[in-house]
Amino acid sequence: MLPMTELLLAPGVTLRAVQTNKFKTSMLSVTFLEPLTAEHASLNALLPKVLRRGTQRYPDLEALSAALDDLYGGGIEPILRKKGEVQCLGFWGSFLDDAFVPEGANILENAASLLGELVLAPAGEGKTFLPAYVESEKENLVNKIRGQVNDKLQYSLSRLRTLMCEGEAYGLDKLGTEEQVRAITGERLYARYREVLETAPVYLYYCGSADPARVEQAFRQAFSTLPKTQRREVPQTQVVQAPKGEVRRFQDAMDVGQGKLILGFRTGGGFQSREAVAQGLLFNAVYGGTTNSKLFLNVREKLSLCYFASSSLAQNKGLLQVYSGVEFANFQQAEDEILAQLKACQKGEITQEEFEAARRSVVGSLRTTLDAQGRLEEYWLNRFVSGTEFAPEELAEEVGNVSLEQVIRVAQAVRLDSIYTLRGKEENHGQAQV
Amino acid sequence: MVKHRYERIGETLYEETLENGLRVFVFPKPDFGKCYAFFATRYGGMDTRFQLNGQWLDTPMGIAHYLEHKMFDTPDGGNALQTLSATGASPNAFTSTAITGYHFECTDQFWENLKTLLEFVSVPYFTKESVEKEQGIIGQEIRMIEDRPGWQSYHMLLEALYQNHPVRNSVAGSVESIAQITAETLYQCHEAFYTPSNMVLCVAGNVDPERVCQMAREILPKEAKPPIPRDCGENEPKEVFARENSRVMAVSAPLLQLGIKCQPAGDGPAQLRQRLLGDLACEAMAGSSSPLYNRLYEQGMIDSSFYCGYIDYPGCAFLMAGGETKDPEGVRDAILAEGARIAKEGIDEALFQRLKKAAYGAYVRGLNSFENLCVEQAQGYFSNQDPWTFPEIYDSLTRQDAEDFIRAWVKPEQTSLIVIRPGEADQ
Repeated sequence: MLPMTELLLAPGVTLRAVQTNKFKTSMLSVTFLEPLTAEHASLNALLPKVLRRGTQRYPDLEALSAALDDLYGGGIEPILRKKGEVQCLGFWGSFLDDAFVPEGANILENAASLLGELVLAPAGEGKTFLPAYVESEKENLVNKIRGQVNDKLQYSLSRLRTLMCEGEAYGLDKLGTEEQVRAITGERLYARYREVLETAPVYLYYCGSADPARVEQAFRQAFSTLPKTQRREVPQTQVVQAPKGEVRRFQDAMDVGQGKLILGFRTGGGFQSREAVAQGLLFNAVYGGTTNSKLFLNVREKLSLCYFASSSLAQNKGLLQVYSGVEFANFQQAEDEILAQLKACQKGEITQEEFEAARRSVVGSLRTTLDAQGRLEEYWLNRFVSGTEFAPEELAEEVGNVSLEQVIRVAQAVRLDSIYTLRGKEENHGQAQV
Repeated sequence: MVKHRYERIGETLYEETLENGLRVFVFPKPDFGKCYAFFATRYGGMDTRFQLNGQWLDTPMGIAHYLEHKMFDTPDGGNALQTLSATGASPNAFTSTAITGYHFECTDQFWENLKTLLEFVSVPYFTKESVEKEQGIIGQEIRMIEDRPGWQSYHMLLEALYQNHPVRNSVAGSVESIAQITAETLYQCHEAFYTPSNMVLCVAGNVDPERVCQMAREILPKEAKPPIPRDCGENEPKEVFARENSRVMAVSAPLLQLGIKCQPAGDGPAQLRQRLLGDLACEAMAGSSSPLYNRLYEQGMIDSSFYCGYIDYPGCAFLMAGGETKDPEGVRDAILAEGARIAKEGIDEALFQRLKKAAYGAYVRGLNSFENLCVEQAQGYFSNQDPWTFPEIYDSLTRQDAEDFIRAWVKPEQTSLIVIRPGEADQ
């Protein structure tokens, strides 16, 4: 067991601390939870980037770098995550644990203090950010948005979500759009910064060798100037139970050698409770989540159609994505097989061996979460956003109770909504070389 | 077994050489629920030409990686990937330039999984049909990586830096080269390189080290074989093969990949020392704490995608930097100019001390990962060095060492610039 201690530092300000001696590092993070909206997505995405440029005490990158080097090469990076329809913005830090530095280095206190300064004491005269920082980070964010096309798989997955979930917050990209970034002014960004500081729920996290009392003290000190205000509840995610009509097809053409095939499904509801999450994870493992799954064994191993064919489940949104990289000529065959394997799950054509292998794989993955600091941080944030609290060990235990019938029922609720393909500009080119 | 204790990094290591020549390393990890095992051979994408039973063989590019895929097929018609994952383990494998490694992580049934690992890697089983079937899967893997701008630029960099060294080979090969692979060649490669004396087994977890050795003794071949001769591209010129190359891909902004060719240090402790030194020199010149990085960032010439570091493989070593930039030539020139400035004026002593502290911390932080621990141990063993002596090596490195390093290698004739430019490719 790896116990997690939760403390409410102020209304809407939660601290979670995991104490353990097993890692060589300690991890700290601060997250503000905002509803994902078209109006604020780009502003929220830009905010941590601008804050990371400098603080009152360390006014530029070089000074910040020097401060981090002095803490034995610690790192604090801006982080932006999309959890369902919640935009999570903040910072994520990893430092050498106090156990591995000379006595008195007080890494925890210094790291927490730096984290607090980045959030609460930005470089500048007050009431505004340094214009040069805003402009250069706007440029970087535009480049990042444009650069999404460079990773063809992630790009295709994001395109499917945008097209399939048009009109839903989930269809928005966490970075917003180029136009929205261009329209940002220093004043507007600073006003947004104050709004976030004053109204968003705050989630603080620590994992390392320090005891919870010391962690609480360090975070209270570091975030003492956080406005003492009434904060919103954690934003909710709207679940669309089923597709609205016929299956929709979308495609883009690009200069690529390999096609990408993405299928988007609605799962008939979200997965929040311990029982529902356990069943959802198990269904996903049987269908396409592991190297023993139906998709891997059939689309890849039996038909040799691809190098990968996998599924992933967005639990809060109730959305399942299947993705594969295939030869352009094989799109139809791969699609047919992916759907045939879902049909097999729905008809209950799941052997006891398949089912138990999937169960062991999910349990194994939950147990190893306890041995990986980054995954544990992510796990507890997911739980916080979902509003349902259970430890990885408890979820693993629940997975042990799931029956085959329950997994079949999850499969039966799954409905195909949309299909996206990324194709080549000159498809014959791709085929001719095979 | 021999027990080593590394106080400064809090690690204990057990080591044993078996009668068949296999080296075994075990890191006891009593606080962890998971166990990790890594079984590797000193054989990678660069080893295409070698001598077997007195005869020189030229094998197709990509064969080590192809062999890695095919090793999972077992004589009973099964597949070890599925056997391992059916117990809940996460198995995988990779082929790099110099090694091929098979590994799994699990929280349950460790001994059963270790047995599976040792068995499937040591028993080859290929048929004409199974070898042909893999063409489709690996063909798609190759197509996938060829569409990645980062992979293309790195591969082009190796081709520009090296004229003869087989690091130029693409590890996965090409769709054309893998079409020449047969079951017979795969058997020959297995015979040549998958002999226990050319391999290493590393385990991290709450396990009994003696029992790991015992299992390896029971399952693996008993015979110890001498190493076989291989062609590692001797007579590589000191200077780069090509100063510049570029290509057009579907990317949003130009992608820079810069290489600075250095003299490799050769196997042994000197190699590790040069690696740590090369990294520090790179950090001093263009790392995120350097004056140059901050100037380029503020000028909008680079963004947070920029990185730099020192890379080495058997028989080759180079500094590398890269990232998105609107002016790749400008970034290269700025780095060369900074190298020339440091050669003349030196590195700020306070900066150098901070960089050492940071590099040391980053190294220790990396040891959280069982995979890092085991892969570093394997690579260290294959190149005859102890990776966990790094704290003492850092203690011994001076600012002058880094300055001398920069003075020796950061020069135009040692530098290759690769650029991936946005646009429509010419067909």
